[in-house]
Amino acid sequence: MPETIIRHASKTAITLMAFAIVFTTLMAYVFNVTKAPIEQSEAAARMSLFRQIMPEHMHDNDLLIDTVDIPPNPLLGTTQNTVANIARIQGQPTAIILEAIAHDGYSGDIKLLLAIQADGVVSGVRVITHKETPGLGDYIDIAKNNWIKLFDGQSLHTYSEADWRVKKDGGKFDYMAGATITPRAVVSAVHKALQYVVQNKQVLFTAQVNQQPSAQAEKK
Amino acid sequence: MSQFTEIAHNGLWKQNPGVVQLLGLCPTLAVTTTVVNGVSLGLATALVMAASNGAVSPVRKFVPDEIRVPVFILVIAALVTMIDLAIHGFAEPLHKVLGIFIPLIVVNCIVLARVESFAAKNAPAPAIWDGFMMGIGLTVVLAFLGGIRELVGKGTLFSGLDLALGPQFKTYILTVIPDYQGFLLAILPPGAFLGLAGLIALRNWAEIRKTKPNVAATGALKPSH
Repeated sequence: MPETIIRHASKTAITLMAFAIVFTTLMAYVFNVTKAPIEQSEAAARMSLFRQIMPEHMHDNDLLIDTVDIPPNPLLGTTQNTVANIARIQGQPTAIILEAIAHDGYSGDIKLLLAIQADGVVSGVRVITHKETPGLGDYIDIAKNNWIKLFDGQSLHTYSEADWRVKKDGGKFDYMAGATITPRAVVSAVHKALQYVVQNKQVLFTAQVNQQPSAQAEKK
Repeated sequence: MSQFTEIAHNGLWKQNPGVVQLLGLCPTLAVTTTVVNGVSLGLATALVMAASNGAVSPVRKFVPDEIRVPVFILVIAALVTMIDLAIHGFAEPLHKVLGIFIPLIVVNCIVLARVESFAAKNAPAPAIWDGFMMGIGLTVVLAFLGGIRELVGKGTLFSGLDLALGPQFKTYILTVIPDYQGFLLAILPPGAFLGLAGLIALRNWAEIRKTKPNVAATGALKPSH
């Protein structure tokens, strides 16, 4: 009697194991085949995002390889290391592309990607992810509205400290009726990120060329 | 009716996963903010269902009863992972739109339900057909629900088509109601419940209308009992 139970149990276990081995092998195979295309398409997606916020003539280096690690900083709203990309022309830094997070949106974090030139002027900003209300707060997304382009060409010199606010709070930035919290969070996040870059200019723009591809560094 | 027509009829109407079996409500409610999102996820689900039914059916006799559910889940999860990787690698824009929803197909109970109730008892060809038609039945529901929510919520149809198929398709996006201010309720989760309720009611109404003569006939017979 116990023998039949043992035989039955081991037969069942072996069947399950066989299925696990076969399907794990299949998955490993597909993972290997798709690895290169996935890396390529991710790199292409990143580059096309970079293209939106920084004109091509501002760099002659490979942005995806030329990276610098940025430690967590309250001005950027980051709690983990982030990877920034440095644009250079003939080795001279011209701009930095970095991430910033606004925690004071209407619902959840708003993740931004900013390109800031070495002279402290904003080249471009894009919202990468957000959970703002569809139809109300989502105009910060370039897919819905051009609002985010208001930052292009601005710096700590073009606008004073008090100007870096939405118009409702006495600043210079337009907003749309019905959603003030969202643009307020974005304006303040861009302002703080700009301050961060200006304050840390020496470190950021003289950093050694990091030969680690940013895609890998991000996977950590 | 041949077996295959009956399977198709089951998937599309009689046992429609979206409005009759009410399985797979998680994606039904979550992604149907536009037609394009609904159809894309529906087709991905149909693909997974055809593949998982097709994978389980040939080995159904080797799977002991006690471990059939773990084996089925293993098969489904592996297939979904492979399809997710393939879409990520070869159709990046589509992956951007569907990204987080494809892994969710694993937890869509309609997939496991069809494997368990159909593929585990039938030959591969009908099983694949059943998975596919069930998926198409779900796709139709997702398309209608997405259409209703998009039209009422945003006043457009087929928005996001350019993201799924390429920029040249941007011209196919219809702005049905120009200068529409938007009706937020339709886009937010309650809109999904209300829209689905409407579709279920519509389907039940059509079904009752179709069978009404029979209802009347059985009603007339009753007094003689």
